[in-house]
Amino acid sequence: MSVRGRIVRISGPLVVAEGMKGVQMYEMVRVGEEGLIGEVTRIRGDEAYIQVYESTSGLKPGEPVEGTGAPLSVELGPGLLGTIYDGVQRPLPRIAEVIAEKAPHRRMFIERGVNVPALDRERKWTFHPGDPDTGRKPAPGDTVNPGDVLGWVQETSIITHKVMVPPGVHGRLKWLAAEGDYTVEDVIAEVEVDGETRGIRMMHRWPVRVPRPYKVKLDPSEPLITGMRIIDTFFPMAKGGTGAIPGGFGTGKTVTLHSLAQWSAARVVIYIGCGERGNEMTEVLVRFPQYTDPWTGKPLMDRTILIANTSNMPVAAREASIYVGVTLAEYYRDMGYDVLLVADSTSRWAEALREIAGRLEEMPAEEGYPSYLASRLAEFYERAGRVEALGSPERLGSVTIVGAVSPPGGDFTEPVTSHTKRFIRVFWALDTKLAYSRHYPAINWIISYSAYVDLVEDWWHKNVDPRWRSYRDEAMEILMREDELMEIVRLVGTESLEERDKLILDAARLIKDGFLKQNAFDPIDAFSPPEKQFKLLQMIIDYYRKARELVEKGATVAQIREAVGRLYVDMAKAKFDIPNDRLDLIDELRAKVLKALESLEARLG
Amino acid sequence: MLGVREYTRVTEIKGPLLIVEGVSRVAYDEIVEVELPTGEKRRGRVLEVNRNIAVVQVFEGTTGITTTGTKVRFLGKPLEIPVSEDMLGRVFNGLGEPIDGGPPVEAEERRDVNGAPLNPAERDYPEDFIQTGVSAIDGMNTLVRGQKLPIFSGSGLPHNVLAAQIARQATVRGEAEEFAVVFAAIGIKYDDYLFFRKFFEETGALNKVAMFVNLADEPAMIRLITPRAALTLAEYLAYERDMHVLVILTDMTNYAEALREISAAREEVPGRQGYPGYLYSDLASIYERAGRVKGKKGSITQMPILTMPNDDITHPIPDLTGYITEGQIVLSRDLHNRGIYPPINVLMSLSRLMKEGIGPGKTREDHAAVSNQLYAAYSRGVELRSLAAVVGEESLSKVDRLYLKFADEFERRFLSQGTRENRSIEETLDLAWEVLSILPEEELTNIKEELIRKYHPKYRMQAQAGAQQA
Repeated sequence: MSVRGRIVRISGPLVVAEGMKGVQMYEMVRVGEEGLIGEVTRIRGDEAYIQVYESTSGLKPGEPVEGTGAPLSVELGPGLLGTIYDGVQRPLPRIAEVIAEKAPHRRMFIERGVNVPALDRERKWTFHPGDPDTGRKPAPGDTVNPGDVLGWVQETSIITHKVMVPPGVHGRLKWLAAEGDYTVEDVIAEVEVDGETRGIRMMHRWPVRVPRPYKVKLDPSEPLITGMRIIDTFFPMAKGGTGAIPGGFGTGKTVTLHSLAQWSAARVVIYIGCGERGNEMTEVLVRFPQYTDPWTGKPLMDRTILIANTSNMPVAAREASIYVGVTLAEYYRDMGYDVLLVADSTSRWAEALREIAGRLEEMPAEEGYPSYLASRLAEFYERAGRVEALGSPERLGSVTIVGAVSPPGGDFTEPVTSHTKRFIRVFWALDTKLAYSRHYPAINWIISYSAYVDLVEDWWHKNVDPRWRSYRDEAMEILMREDELMEIVRLVGTESLEERDKLILDAARLIKDGFLKQNAFDPIDAFSPPEKQFKLLQMIIDYYRKARELVEKGATVAQIREAVGRLYVDMAKAKFDIPNDRLDLIDELRAKVLKALESLEARLG
Repeated sequence: MLGVREYTRVTEIKGPLLIVEGVSRVAYDEIVEVELPTGEKRRGRVLEVNRNIAVVQVFEGTTGITTTGTKVRFLGKPLEIPVSEDMLGRVFNGLGEPIDGGPPVEAEERRDVNGAPLNPAERDYPEDFIQTGVSAIDGMNTLVRGQKLPIFSGSGLPHNVLAAQIARQATVRGEAEEFAVVFAAIGIKYDDYLFFRKFFEETGALNKVAMFVNLADEPAMIRLITPRAALTLAEYLAYERDMHVLVILTDMTNYAEALREISAAREEVPGRQGYPGYLYSDLASIYERAGRVKGKKGSITQMPILTMPNDDITHPIPDLTGYITEGQIVLSRDLHNRGIYPPINVLMSLSRLMKEGIGPGKTREDHAAVSNQLYAAYSRGVELRSLAAVVGEESLSKVDRLYLKFADEFERRFLSQGTRENRSIEETLDLAWEVLSILPEEELTNIKEELIRKYHPKYRMQAQAGAQQA
């Protein structure tokens, strides 16, 4: 029996209704004559405080509020990939169609009260019984448990969608559908649970605020290769890891996140635009279908789900969008995929929390944020991880979470940044000064960190080169030393430095120009494969090592630069001048540089 | 919605707010007419309803309102303005009513000033290069049609002159069509208003301009409506009448202050510097009303102007604006004091949509690389300039001294131009190459070899000499 009450108060996105006895905390409700979506966030006596996910303009006291009996949930099943949803999982293109039917000239606007299902009810999918990898097929009479693979659907050219027994269903399989075309609502299996027969469909619902279950959580061990040199080589992300990317406006958060979504070696990417610009979501929508997934050569949209709750869309739905996104991520993880979840920006989500808390007249903590900000952030990042999924056959999947943070005034000591730092293990700090000089990605190498360097070392040593760590650490040392030297340079200038310190500046400049700077819009430079990253770094560090030997023998940096001549520029430009399939040219260039230095050595005697 | 209902139980008046009791079926955000005992009428809107109590914000202020004899009429609809193509060439007050003595607007349609959010799936990505004729913008912070690009200024800086120059010179190459301009004056001084008015008159553009004017001495609460009224017209012109509309909103700082005032009167929990916690969302509901949509010819390009209090870019107003808009043009007091016009601090400026609007077929193939190189070289030059101030120029290396020279020439020749000087993009890029050629060629690490060979003045001269010999 659903609860039915009446509105008594409206204040922005907050609505208070009376006569709501029996309503559950976080139950989804329908508000007003138009049935706007809302969620109960506080109950007092028979009054329910409801955050409404659509504009409340024009609502009046006395209008009805109806409970749905269930918490806010998402629909899980084939048809999610390639779609763009709003913050409560309504497909945006469908919203436009529904509005256009009523008022064609209003098509481009989002009006409220539009009720559309997340998954297409008409579309037929070819269901294949059995597990796609092992071919194992459960037979009638078998005992099935949550997560067991019943069959599969080719959802997109990249992703085979596994149809699994939903969580909470344990029983005896009575019947499994034969290969054929079914809608997401058709029954494809019947399971006897405690003497009752339950139909299993390709679609099921899951409450967004509840993490989906798994067998065990494992330590991350493999890097999530992104093709961005400063990330992969210096501050690597691991599959199942967590990271934050804070930065003031204009420092390139969104470009970096788009690059991650475009290039990283994840099987499924979920991109949440949470309180950000409309055009940025449009950019993804327009650009991604033109690009191919670098790992499979298939259209990029075939592995992507977009969730857009832009800054001008209702603020409460912003709060929900993060949970909607992570629940979808967990669903694909349960199929055994490596999923990357990108949230841009968690600060806007935190502001939504603050706004709702303010309307509820809760006691504010730091800067007006509610006191539970830290625990909400922790809960969210804790939903990342590499896990052994429920059910058989056995499979490993992961959810990697990267959240952008938009600190006011670029100040990293503000509450959202400082709390986030406690729950993440990779910190890519964007630097306004680097951005001003168009050094992109503007990740500051002095204050950024990754706790996964040791974990991913093995992978690099096995798959790329066993000297990876030593080169990486030496480059890092040069950069650190340069930072110290710059303090001195600011007082005395460069000319009075010792030659070996001048060489540090020279090498650091080469690392910055030839390695760290990366142009996300250059066809060659945008994606740097791990082998190229290693070879570029090897070339620069070998140059430095040899030059250093010469300096110790009395050569000056000016002599070294003269001996190397134009090759120095070639080294700096190798990242975009040398195509990714001609890595031998980097070795060639390295040999030429070393030879030039050797002939200088010979001349010096 | 319901029809008009009238109530008289005003129980409290504080700041711009009226508390009206005993009301029934009042809608959130509904528009209100307040009639004073003198017969004077003012407008307001419902900010909150709690059972039979309504909180009403009065746009024209509460001065002179009494708790007895005041009639409050709830009009049963949100604030709407009439929209029509005939509004171009007219002047309106901050609520969209004509104040130029002309006839009332023949409405083709009435629209809610709050608008509705654009569906991201129905947007089209902006990518048409707008040539403004200003090198610092076209060369390094390119504007595209459908972008929202604010000018961050300070008091006394020439933002008005720059905005006017852009409005006059902006063209999309290969198209004869001019922009229609919707101009919203939000709490600005009369002489600022006069400057723009004269400027539109002089350029003969007045019949392509609609002005919504709320001056500094007019009620502050109206400022919350003015930009919305202007954008409501802009949306109509762009998406129903296929026009390319340039919207100038000045000064957004006055808008944010009006918002703070109403928030304080409601005793809300303040965010940073007393501004409400929802300042970001509220500003976004204005700035996001720009762009292009699928299947429509028209577009809205937004150029908000704001003065940064104490020239501080980390102040909440410029800070939150920068997080919403697609870049920013930052004016510098230092450059202005050195007599450089336009005093654009290019290092702090940014156009996020630049990459889509430039390149072969749009501007020129070397545009992106040249722009990157200018940024890298100028930032190094500026850094070295402050270093040279401490250690002296002679402690710098020979190359570093060239960077100093580059920075000076960049400001003197590339940045600086006349208020009526309209440079084509080719002129801008060639000028960039000229100043870049001060640096040794090996310093141009951001530009691919083939582009250097094609555009560097040295090779161009060689090519010319070669052609002459042949």
